[in-house]
Amino acid sequence: MSIRVIQPGVQTTVQDLGRFGYQQFGVPVAGAMDPRSMKLANLLLGNDPGEAALEITIMGPQLVFDETNYIALTGGDLGASLDGKPMPRYQAVKVQAGQTLRFLGLRNGCRAYLAFAGGLDIPPVMGSRSTYMKAKIGGFKGRKLEAGDELSFRDPKPDLLFPERRKLGADFVPQKQYDLRVILGPQDDHFTEEGLQTFFREVYTVSAEFDRMGIRLDGAVIEHKNGGDIISDGIAFGAVQVPTAGKPIIMAADRQTTGGYTKIATVISADFRILGQLRGGDKVHFVPVTVEHAQTSMMLEQNYYNMITDFLKRDRGL
Amino acid sequence: MNNVRFLLTGDTSLTVEFGNEINESINHDIRAYKIALEKAGIPGIVETVPTYRSLMVHYDPSVIRYGAFREKLEQLLGEMAAIEIPPSPMLEIPVLYGGEMGPDLPFVAEHAGMSEEEVVRIHSSAEYLIYMLGFTPGFTYLGGMSDKIAAPRLKQPRVKIPAGSVGIAGTQTGVYPIDSPGGWQLIGRTPVKMYDPDREVPILPEAGQYIKFFPVTQEEYDAILREVEAGTYSVKTHARKEG
Repeated sequence: MSIRVIQPGVQTTVQDLGRFGYQQFGVPVAGAMDPRSMKLANLLLGNDPGEAALEITIMGPQLVFDETNYIALTGGDLGASLDGKPMPRYQAVKVQAGQTLRFLGLRNGCRAYLAFAGGLDIPPVMGSRSTYMKAKIGGFKGRKLEAGDELSFRDPKPDLLFPERRKLGADFVPQKQYDLRVILGPQDDHFTEEGLQTFFREVYTVSAEFDRMGIRLDGAVIEHKNGGDIISDGIAFGAVQVPTAGKPIIMAADRQTTGGYTKIATVISADFRILGQLRGGDKVHFVPVTVEHAQTSMMLEQNYYNMITDFLKRDRGL
Repeated sequence: MNNVRFLLTGDTSLTVEFGNEINESINHDIRAYKIALEKAGIPGIVETVPTYRSLMVHYDPSVIRYGAFREKLEQLLGEMAAIEIPPSPMLEIPVLYGGEMGPDLPFVAEHAGMSEEEVVRIHSSAEYLIYMLGFTPGFTYLGGMSDKIAAPRLKQPRVKIPAGSVGIAGTQTGVYPIDSPGGWQLIGRTPVKMYDPDREVPILPEAGQYIKFFPVTQEEYDAILREVEAGTYSVKTHARKEG
């Protein structure tokens, strides 16, 4: 075994970028809530950006390593400490057999991602290693980690080229209020003009109900023309669902594949990094953008990933 | 194809809406469009999700951008008439009705004012269209049940319903693919696993196909169950006669 779980934390699960191709059969996508942080952790280690990592929520686990490997930690700051010393984030760190990783408490954000060079030895289910807890699929036995669990590295790398280069600036910066860029639709025509104005004018507060399935918001009621019920259709990651009561819910990684409530808009992919770090009390404000803007932002992000990969492969520095 | 609308569902998918009600003709259009889309081989398509009234198409913008993609999807609408749609497959699903497996069959019969045998005969003679899957992995939304055997949901939902249970709720009928809580009236159970994440084909039913239930005895149920567990049972499937 490579990693022993001493304490599991609140909710520590194995996630990759999600289970695609089975939504038509009712299987939710799951996957990382903050895909950018997960990709960066993997890239720092020379992994495929979609390699499965641990998604650690609010209160982290206590893990003991039984095997030497490089690891990287990204996302929210959960107070990680390696053998009693602060564990650097956004950096490849060599851990030796016998070392203990603890999380002392949440400093900012909501979720951290812990990636391992060479990945984890977890069998893919329907093409993905993501845990979907509700149906007990994927990840480690289809559930969150528990004390006593033992995980194995798949192809550990006790040595990595250019370890000193494998470092990025902290990527997640907490803010008083987050702007979430959205594309209007699919059911924007089910809302009154006043309802649409409310949605874009008001500041919403993340309620105590925020999990991998959805993030419920409190704030001004968004007015429908004829209520919030529709004949079921598909739900995208980031869809802002508004049931008849008028309070928005941002649908997240573990959302059901289909649903019967109106969706006023969809958060753009480049801002999923914010969704994954939101927690109760955070403020959000919705800003409309075009699909073209959203896709350009996605491509810029992709260019950044490519740049990191190239830089770590190049045999001389910049 | 009038009335078809393209709905924006973010930056990696589009929803093609064929109508705003539940009927077989809309579902047929969705199936036809899905087949046309698969044949067209447009690069960048990740997956498609059919529902009662629409087809959600997920794509990769690093392969094809929104403008070009939408144009291709619109073009395809014009070409649909020329696409040959194969007859829908029909899945034959064995069910042990009543007894322990279907504890609510007596209630459904009493509610319908008929014998249990008559409920079974009506339930197992219809051909049910699979409009869509959702709710949980492998859960089918079926259309086509006779109003005569409609029954209200349980007042107190059960905490755990075993996978394979066949139920009725209002004018809907269906099979629970995984153990789950639920309020449907249970009339029987199938030994067939509609959903098995470790099987090569994890989920048997597909939107646009039909399901027909056929009654089996306890002995037949046990025999099929043994085959299912050994991985040797295959559900009988044949092309459905149209009309």
